[in-house]
Amino acid sequence: MRTTTCAKSLATRLTKSLATACLGAVIVATTASPGSAEETPKRGGILTYMIPADAPPSFDAHRETTYALVHTIAPFYSVLIRLNPSNPSDTTHFFCDLCTTMPTPSDDGKTYTFKIREGIKFQDGTPLTAADVVATWNAIIFPPQGVSSARETWYTMVDKVEAPDATTVVFRLKYATNAFLPALADPYAMIYEKNILDKDPHWYEKNVMGSGPFWFTSYDLGQSIKGERNPGYYHAGEPYLDGFVGIFSPKQAVRVDAIRADRAAMEFRGLPPAAVNQLQQQLGDKITVQTSDWNCGNLITPNSRRKPFDDVRVRRALLLAIDQWRGAPALSKIADVKTVGGIVFPGSPLAATKPELEKLAGFWPDIEKSRTEARRLLKEAGAEGLTFELLNRNVDQPYKYVGTWIIDEWSKIGVHATQKVVPTGPWFEAMRDGNFAVVVEANCNGVVNPLMDTQKYLPRAAFTENYGGYVDQAEIDIYNKMLKETDFEKQRALMRQYETYVIDTQAYEWPMLWWNRIIPERSYVKGWKIGPSHYVNQDLANIWLDK
Amino acid sequence: MYRYIMTRVLSVFPTLIGAAVLVFILMRLIPGDICVVRLGSGGGSFSEHSVQMCHAELGLNRPILLQFASFVWGIFTLNLGNSMWSGKPVVLEIATRLPISIEIALLAAVIAILVAIPLGTISALKQNTWLDLAVRTVAIAGIATPSFWLGILSIIAVLDITQAISGTPWMPPIDYVPLWQDPIRNLSMTLLPALTVGYRYAAVSMRMTRSTMLEVMREDYIRTARSKGLLRRIIINRHALKNALLPVVTLLGIEFAFLIGGLVVTEQVFNLNGIGRLFVLAVQNQDYTLTQALVMLVVVIFVLTNLVIDLLYAWLDPRIRFA
Repeated sequence: MRTTTCAKSLATRLTKSLATACLGAVIVATTASPGSAEETPKRGGILTYMIPADAPPSFDAHRETTYALVHTIAPFYSVLIRLNPSNPSDTTHFFCDLCTTMPTPSDDGKTYTFKIREGIKFQDGTPLTAADVVATWNAIIFPPQGVSSARETWYTMVDKVEAPDATTVVFRLKYATNAFLPALADPYAMIYEKNILDKDPHWYEKNVMGSGPFWFTSYDLGQSIKGERNPGYYHAGEPYLDGFVGIFSPKQAVRVDAIRADRAAMEFRGLPPAAVNQLQQQLGDKITVQTSDWNCGNLITPNSRRKPFDDVRVRRALLLAIDQWRGAPALSKIADVKTVGGIVFPGSPLAATKPELEKLAGFWPDIEKSRTEARRLLKEAGAEGLTFELLNRNVDQPYKYVGTWIIDEWSKIGVHATQKVVPTGPWFEAMRDGNFAVVVEANCNGVVNPLMDTQKYLPRAAFTENYGGYVDQAEIDIYNKMLKETDFEKQRALMRQYETYVIDTQAYEWPMLWWNRIIPERSYVKGWKIGPSHYVNQDLANIWLDK
Repeated sequence: MYRYIMTRVLSVFPTLIGAAVLVFILMRLIPGDICVVRLGSGGGSFSEHSVQMCHAELGLNRPILLQFASFVWGIFTLNLGNSMWSGKPVVLEIATRLPISIEIALLAAVIAILVAIPLGTISALKQNTWLDLAVRTVAIAGIATPSFWLGILSIIAVLDITQAISGTPWMPPIDYVPLWQDPIRNLSMTLLPALTVGYRYAAVSMRMTRSTMLEVMREDYIRTARSKGLLRRIIINRHALKNALLPVVTLLGIEFAFLIGGLVVTEQVFNLNGIGRLFVLAVQNQDYTLTQALVMLVVVIFVLTNLVIDLLYAWLDPRIRFA
C-alpha cells in the first residue's frame, strides 16, 4: 500500500495550534468527502472528464504555468513527494510518491535524503533511478541555458541536488526553511527521464514519457487526451481505472451540459454555485458535490506610484470601506468566493485567526466605524469624492463579481469607481507598465506553502510580479527573517507582523475573499478527494467507477 | 472566358498583400505580450530574463521590418512557421481544425440551399398570401436570432426533451470523430450546429431569393414568355429562377466563406475544435504567427469563393461569359 509516513520534522515543530488547525482541515475534508471509507474500489472503466480550458501550450510541466497542463498530463507522471491523495485538504503533511519514506532532515535542517523506490519503469521500459530524479530537479532549479523553468524562484534555498547512488537523492540547502518541503511537493515537478533530457532538454515540450499511473496513448490536438492503465504501477492495486479521456472545453455551459448528459463524469477546477445548483436540481442523487476553500484569492492592488494612491491614508480608506464579513455570504451564492481571510490560506496553521484579522484595516467587525474612519482619512488626505478606474481581467469567475461588488462598497464612502474589463494580455501589460489606478488581481497557488504564497505581497524588487509600485526594504526584511525562521511560533508571529505591515500599516495590497472550490461529479465516481487547489491530486490513480 | 478567369485570379494577389500588411500591423497594435501571458497566467513570479529568452525564442526581438519580411516570405514559400503558443507548425494547427469547420459549413450550406431556394421562390410566387407571411416570419426570425443563442437553446431543448421522454438526458457527443471513422457519431455531433447555423444562413438566402424572384417575375421577358403561352413551370425554372439566383449565389458564397472561420461562438457552444475557436485562442494568446496565418486563410477562402461565384455567374448568365 501507499507509503504514508508523515514529515516528522514538520510535525515536531508544530504546536498545539497547528494540531488544532490540522484537525479542522481533516474535519472539513471528511465532511466534504462523498462515499464511505469502507467501500471497496472496483476495477475497470474509462473516466471521461472535462478540462476547463484550451489545450496547454506545451506538455512540459517544468516550463508551463497553466492548470490545463496538470489536468492534461499529471496522470502520466510520478513526483518525488506529494500531498496525501486520500486527504489533500491536509496542507501540512507530505507523503512519498517515488520515495520510500519521508526523510528527517539532518545538518540543522539543511540536508534531506530520499530513498527512491526500485523497479519503477518509464513507459519506454527504461528503469527510473535516482539519476532521473536528480536530472529533473536540476532542470527545475538550475535550468540550463535556453531552457525555461517556471518555478525556479521557489527553490532559491537549494544549494545542490545529488545522487550518491542509484536509489538515493540528496537535497542540500543553503539555509533551513519550512518552505522547502511544500515546494518539493509541487505537482508540476514531474519526473523526467535523464537520457531524454540529456539529449534534448526541449523534448518534453511536445512529447510525454512518464512513469505515473497511466500510459500515454493519444492526443487529439486541442481536443482531447487519452491514457490507459500502467500495468506496472508501483502503488499496489492502483490505478483502478482502465483508462481516461480528458476533453478540453473552455466553455462552462458545455461542461455543465456534458456532466448532465453523462458525456463526462466531472471536471476538476470548479464550477460556480449557480451551475452546481442547476446540476443538483436536474440530477438529484446522481450528482455528488465536494467543496473546499481554495488556495486562490483576489487581491486589489492600488498603484502606489500614482496620486492619490501614493498616500497611505487613501489606500487605507479604500480598504476600510469594504465589508468583507457581510459581503462574503451574499457573494458566495453567485460567485466562487466564500471565506474571509488575510494573506495566508485560511486552512493553514500560519493563517490569522478571526480575532487577529479583526484588528486589521478592512476586517473590522463594525463596518460603520470602519467607514467613518475611511471618510475621515479621505477628507484628511484631500481626496473626498475620489473618482478612478478599476482595471479588471475579462474573467467572469470571480474577477468581475468581486470588481462589481467592491465598486458598490466604495460608493458608500462617496468614492466613484468605474470598472474597465480587458483581456488577459492587455491586463498584464497595463499592470507591468503601471498604467492603472487600482487593479483586481489574483494570487493563486498549488500546494499550500504560505512562505512562498505570500511572496506576491513583496515589492517588485523581491517579487517580479508585484504591480503595486511600492519600494519597501523594511517589508522585505520581515519576510526574509520569516522565511529562514524554523520555529513555528516565531514564524507565525513574524507572519502576523508581515501581514499587519502589508495590510494595516501600509495598505499596499488588499486581499479579498478566498475562493471556494466546488466540484460536482457523477455519483458513480469514487475515490477522488477535493483539495485546496486545482493543481494538486490530479494523477487519477485512486479514482474508481461504481457502475 | 479564359481572360475573364485570369483577370479574377490575378486580382487575388493585391488583396492578399493588403490583408497581410493589415493583419501584421493590427496584431502588433493590440496591447499585451504572448510571453507575459504564458509565463504569468499561472500566477507565479518570472524574471525579465525569462521574458527576453521567450522573445528571442519566438523571434520577437528582431526588428519589426525583418519580422514582416519573414511573414511575407513565409506566405510565398507556403511556410507559415510555428505557432508561438504551442510551438507546433501552423499548418498542422489549421489542418487539424479545418475539416470540422468545412463540414459544418457544407452541411449548413446544403440545409440553406434546400430550404431557402424552394421556400423563397414559393414565397415570391404566393406573394401576400398566408404562405408568404409564414415564410417571411420564419425568415425574419432566423435573421434576428443569433446562431450561438439558438445553439445553446437547442442543446438545452435536446437535454430536456430526452430527459422528459426517457428519464436520462442526452446530448450529442463533444469530441469530434471524422466522418469516415464513425459516420453516425460524426453526424450526431455536427447536425445540431449545422442546423442552427444553417437556419440563419437559410433565412438570409430565403429573403434574397424572394425579393429577386419578385423582381424578375415583373420583368418584360417573363411577360413575353407568358404571352407566348409557355408553361408556368418552364417560365419559373428556366427563365425566372436562373436569373433570380445570381445575387442569391453571391450571398450563399459569401456566407459559406464566413462560416469557415466565423463560427467563433457557435463552435465554443458545441465544443467544436474548429477554425473559429482556434481564431479566438490565437488572438487571446496574442499568437501572431497563428493569427496571421488564420487571417490569410480566411482571406484566401473569401477570394476563392468569390472566384467560384464569378465563374458561376458566367455559367448562369451568358452575357457575362461573352462580354
